[in-house]
Amino acid sequence: MAAPANPSYRLLIALVLAIVMMVLDQRTPWAKPVRYWLGYLTAPVHYLAHLPVDSSEWLSEQTQSRSSLISDNNSLKRQVLILEQKVQRLAVLEAENVRLRELLNSSADLGANVLVAEIIGVDPDPNRQELVINKGAGAKVAQGQAVLDAHGLIGQVVSAGPLSSRVLLITDASHAMSVQVNRNGVRAVLAGTGQSGQLRLLYVPDTADIKEGDLLVSTGLGQRYPRGYPVAKVVSIEHKAGTPFAQIIALPTAHIDRASHVLLVQPDSDAPKIDVPPADAKESADE
Amino acid sequence: MSDRPAGTGIILVTLFVAALLEVIPMPGRLDWVRPEWLLMVLIYWVLAVPGRVGVLWGFFIGLYHDVLVGTTLGQWGLAYALGAYVMLAAYKRMRVFNGLQQSAVVFLLIGSASLLAFLVQESVGRTLYPPYTILYASATSALLWQPVVAVLHWVQLRFLVR
Repeated sequence: MAAPANPSYRLLIALVLAIVMMVLDQRTPWAKPVRYWLGYLTAPVHYLAHLPVDSSEWLSEQTQSRSSLISDNNSLKRQVLILEQKVQRLAVLEAENVRLRELLNSSADLGANVLVAEIIGVDPDPNRQELVINKGAGAKVAQGQAVLDAHGLIGQVVSAGPLSSRVLLITDASHAMSVQVNRNGVRAVLAGTGQSGQLRLLYVPDTADIKEGDLLVSTGLGQRYPRGYPVAKVVSIEHKAGTPFAQIIALPTAHIDRASHVLLVQPDSDAPKIDVPPADAKESADE
Repeated sequence: MSDRPAGTGIILVTLFVAALLEVIPMPGRLDWVRPEWLLMVLIYWVLAVPGRVGVLWGFFIGLYHDVLVGTTLGQWGLAYALGAYVMLAAYKRMRVFNGLQQSAVVFLLIGSASLLAFLVQESVGRTLYPPYTILYASATSALLWQPVVAVLHWVQLRFLVR
């Protein structure tokens, strides 16, 4: 066996490359192509690792009995009826909302396109709360997109590969977002704790009007998340003498641990953003 | 028997399997003790064919690990390159060690490589638990070193990697 050539130079090259790459990745967007192209090689691993889950789901679908399918079908039909009735009211409310907003001369809340994706991986590192989903830049997923399930917000896309994307969950310790209490509009910062299924409200004064059971919805401030989606429910409030802020724990309304499919909200590309200049808004209202 | 290198494809296949084990879903708490499969396989191939698999292999496999688990690019690249370098310097000694001694070396090597990666991750603010938690994974890696060597050695002989 040939003896290896002097590896010190190679180590030097590798160290310099690694350090340059770390700095570029943290401080600039220039390292993104590397991550993107390597995504072609990592996505198959995630797809393959998800295969056992997929095939067991398929098997249980195939072997379901006729009676259970019928009862499933019936309950779904009932659910659809209830949802349809709710949607009817929603259409009226939406139209009314648009009219009121036009009266106020502010831009309308825009219906967003939605893309469905499947969760194919969970971050193995307990320090981080991230997911991998099976839609990438090929399906028009972009960094910064909001991700939700049927019950509420889950997180945002932090890197879109060619075939898969990574989603940072709202429960990650490095994640924080702006929310408001649905009941009275009190705003606060909702931060992740790193524990799945637990969130904290930061810097809320002891006197703020927040109660257990309050629903927290996204405010749209920061322009990362769409406005008005449910995010979390307050479960406990602790007032400690001697500390300036109340300690408030909230649970995400989304079923983060149990969800298998998620929705990606696509901001409308041709629609005006929140910061529309007043003149344009007037013109579009005139039309 | 010639000295011509052979079996690069087989090395890549073993690395692919290791990458799969790296992300395959495991029930909750087992994530703490998930062995560093990719690093173990890298160490094995450095030991087996030091003329071919070395520092640059380490760097690129580490980079792949970074993209796979979504860490800062270069975080594991750095750790793997250094790990491969240390193993290149010590592969002759490592080969004459008995099983227990080899496992101890693997424990130290994977422990220090993970510590390096942990420091990078800490500097970008993505750690939550204290650094000693990386020892769990290093310990399981050391425990599983013998079986991994047995499997990879069989693969090496079966597919004539040299």
